[in-house]
Amino acid sequence: MNRSLRPLLATAVIFVLAYGLSVMQFPGLFSTRVLGNLLTDNAFLGIAAVGMTFVILSGGIDLSVGAVIGFTGVLVAVLVSWAGFHPLVAFAIAIAVAAAFGAVMGLAIHYLQVPAFIVTLAGMFLARGGASVITQDSVPIRHEFYDLISDLMIRLPGGGRLSFIGLTMIAVFIVGAIIAHRTRFGSYVYALGGNAVSASLMGVPVARTTVAIYMLSSVLASLSGIVFSLYTSAGYPLAAVGVELDAISAVVIGGTLLTGGYGFVLGTFIGVMLLGLVQTYIIFDGTLSSWWTKIVIGVLLFLFIVLQRLIFAASAPGEKAAKKA
Amino acid sequence: MVPAGSTLAGTPIESALRRHGQEGRLDGDRLALEARGITKVFGNHVALDAVDFGLRAGEVHALLGENGAGKSTLIKILTGAYQPDGGMVLADGVPISLESPQQAQAHGIGTVYQEVNLLPNRSVAENLFLGHQPTRFGLIDRRRMERDSRAILARYGLGIDPSSELGAHSVAVQQIVAIARAVELSGKVLILDEPTASLDRNEVERLFEIIAGLKSSGLAIVFITHFLDQVFAIADRATILRNGRLIETRALDDLTRTDVVRLMLGKDVAFSGATKLEESRPLGEVLAEFRGYGRKRSVHPFDLTVHKGEVIGVAGLLGSGRTEMARIMFGADVADEGTVTVAGAAVAITRPTDAIARGFGFCPEDRKAEGIFGELSVRENIVIALQGKLGWFSALNRDEQLEIAGKFGEAMDIRAASLDMPVKLLSGGNQQKVILSRWLATDPAFLILDEPTRGIDVGAHAEIVRTINRLRDEGLALVVISSEIDEVVAYSSRIVVMRDRELVAELNGENINPGVIVQAIANHREASPA
Repeated sequence: MNRSLRPLLATAVIFVLAYGLSVMQFPGLFSTRVLGNLLTDNAFLGIAAVGMTFVILSGGIDLSVGAVIGFTGVLVAVLVSWAGFHPLVAFAIAIAVAAAFGAVMGLAIHYLQVPAFIVTLAGMFLARGGASVITQDSVPIRHEFYDLISDLMIRLPGGGRLSFIGLTMIAVFIVGAIIAHRTRFGSYVYALGGNAVSASLMGVPVARTTVAIYMLSSVLASLSGIVFSLYTSAGYPLAAVGVELDAISAVVIGGTLLTGGYGFVLGTFIGVMLLGLVQTYIIFDGTLSSWWTKIVIGVLLFLFIVLQRLIFAASAPGEKAAKKA
Repeated sequence: MVPAGSTLAGTPIESALRRHGQEGRLDGDRLALEARGITKVFGNHVALDAVDFGLRAGEVHALLGENGAGKSTLIKILTGAYQPDGGMVLADGVPISLESPQQAQAHGIGTVYQEVNLLPNRSVAENLFLGHQPTRFGLIDRRRMERDSRAILARYGLGIDPSSELGAHSVAVQQIVAIARAVELSGKVLILDEPTASLDRNEVERLFEIIAGLKSSGLAIVFITHFLDQVFAIADRATILRNGRLIETRALDDLTRTDVVRLMLGKDVAFSGATKLEESRPLGEVLAEFRGYGRKRSVHPFDLTVHKGEVIGVAGLLGSGRTEMARIMFGADVADEGTVTVAGAAVAITRPTDAIARGFGFCPEDRKAEGIFGELSVRENIVIALQGKLGWFSALNRDEQLEIAGKFGEAMDIRAASLDMPVKLLSGGNQQKVILSRWLATDPAFLILDEPTRGIDVGAHAEIVRTINRLRDEGLALVVISSEIDEVVAYSSRIVVMRDRELVAELNGENINPGVIVQAIANHREASPA
């Protein structure tokens, strides 16, 4: 079996175990209502995490994700509520702005040879600052289109609801998985994460791929911001602070190697669901401080980093010899 | 010429080997690839000076030369990584421009590097097809890619699963996959840049079978290696470069090993007047004894006894295992067999710290990357090994540091405007003196110097040689590696010769003579027994 499947399997097993144990304690957790809400409540995180998966697979990092979510929310809210644009037009503008933003970050990373960490940190400040310059306050969005979207859902037996934004997340995961695993672009992403020098010698268009990866991440962050605005019906410049870190956690817990080259988009989905489950459990319990979520995420992250270390340190003899030479 | 990717992108794969065979016969004697008057200048250093190189279809052509001869520059020009400052490259008699590795690939030139430049994290099939994956409705057709891969791999005698991760296979298998990719995508010229450097003997044989098969099918192959045995085993012709100049292109049938070494090093074997006539000094006490000391894929087990007050010269071509020998003696690499005895007691040297504790010091070959700390001052560079030896809790204060640095700076005649200037601003010779001072400050008993005189000017060169002699007279033991045969002869009391990662000869007394050394490097069977 492929080595990189092992962390994915571990995540899946942990999720099933954790869910099973939670259900034993709170049988109410086993319902379509809880599962449907799990999708809805984590839709924005999931969409951003798909973009983050591509970035991390390529050996990079994108710290601007949370800020782009916040910026998009504010931009959409201002365009719709103050300027009177139709939400769909506002969405298109927001996504175009994000695409340009991601392209500039990708260009800087490739051509200036500045670490992604630094470039996207600057991007984070820019986007967050930009959102706060537009407005300091929460801007409510009132539009019939928003009401329409909120009412769009599939009712599940047992009272659960599959909301539009939950379905959007699932669609993004499916498309993301196809791009990652079944297209040449996807194979270039893995190639960059495996060894950027080899990739370029093998003819991978490194500049184009790098730019496309950061564009994809920013566009998905923007889509995540749109989903977040649908979820909250408002735009707020300080929304989604630190979501990039949750996204990174979900990606790593989902079995993607933080140094790039190994991982699956599906793993990120399970990672997001696992994080969502922890939150739901704490809400069900009612006595625990919500900060326990952070502690559990920390423990899980640590566990997965150690697990990956164990799996990949026992790596093939060939790789070691190649490094030595 | 076959356009890149066509064999992979479409139609069921025919035998590429057979296809090349037909082309080879058609081409006859025409040069598959030709470089005319290639000149390349870096700053004020001429790396290649009007070099001609002709490659025939269906031949294995060895490209030989010592470090700095210009081999890798020539290869980088042929693969599109560098642009020449003069001259031109022709394929099948037609001038071509090579501005990128992709363009070279499109002209049929494929390259396999010493370090396998593939993706260990991806499947074998994807490594064969990356960038040219067969698609169906815009998506990668994985089943077909794996089926085609299996067919390609079978032609190279590999029965591995194409969906397995490349990194899970041995370097030899990865190397063959790299060759398969280069041949499938390029298909006319194959450049092998030290492909055998990390393979064992059986793996090399297997690789040679594949090369022979490709050759007989009409592929033009450039083979770069430091192993002369391999050159004679597989190559038809050889081009020898020295200091950026073309020395000779000749059929190997007309050359002996000794000829080749002589051409590479520019030494005239006939002259053997430089035999060292020194009073044979009695050997000092045994300082260190290495028995059956070796490391797999790096250096074969060797025996070496080091006495106080002697200089052991290590001669051998680049890649002969001389640097690897130095590294395991110092613990920079860990020996996986053999024992060391220092001053009569068996010790384990698994890290440089162990070696330093026994009074060892090591000046590495790559001064810039492994020797100096460029941004740190001369003073800090000199005291760093001593401070390392003393440990964290006995920090040398600034005055003590200045005193030590000043003392050695003066003794070694380091020419620096100030002891507090960054060491990277010093000349190569002065940097080397700083590194020597660093070890001398630790009061060592045994110094290992790897190419201490490389890349430094004539004056500093003489000073380093004088220092080596002085240290020996003071009772230090030294092992000095050098490509300069005259230099080794000048200061060594004993010479060991490395060849193909093996210690092949130990020369004493009147055998310390350039002619004998060159012969020992060329072929140990011809060398006189020690």
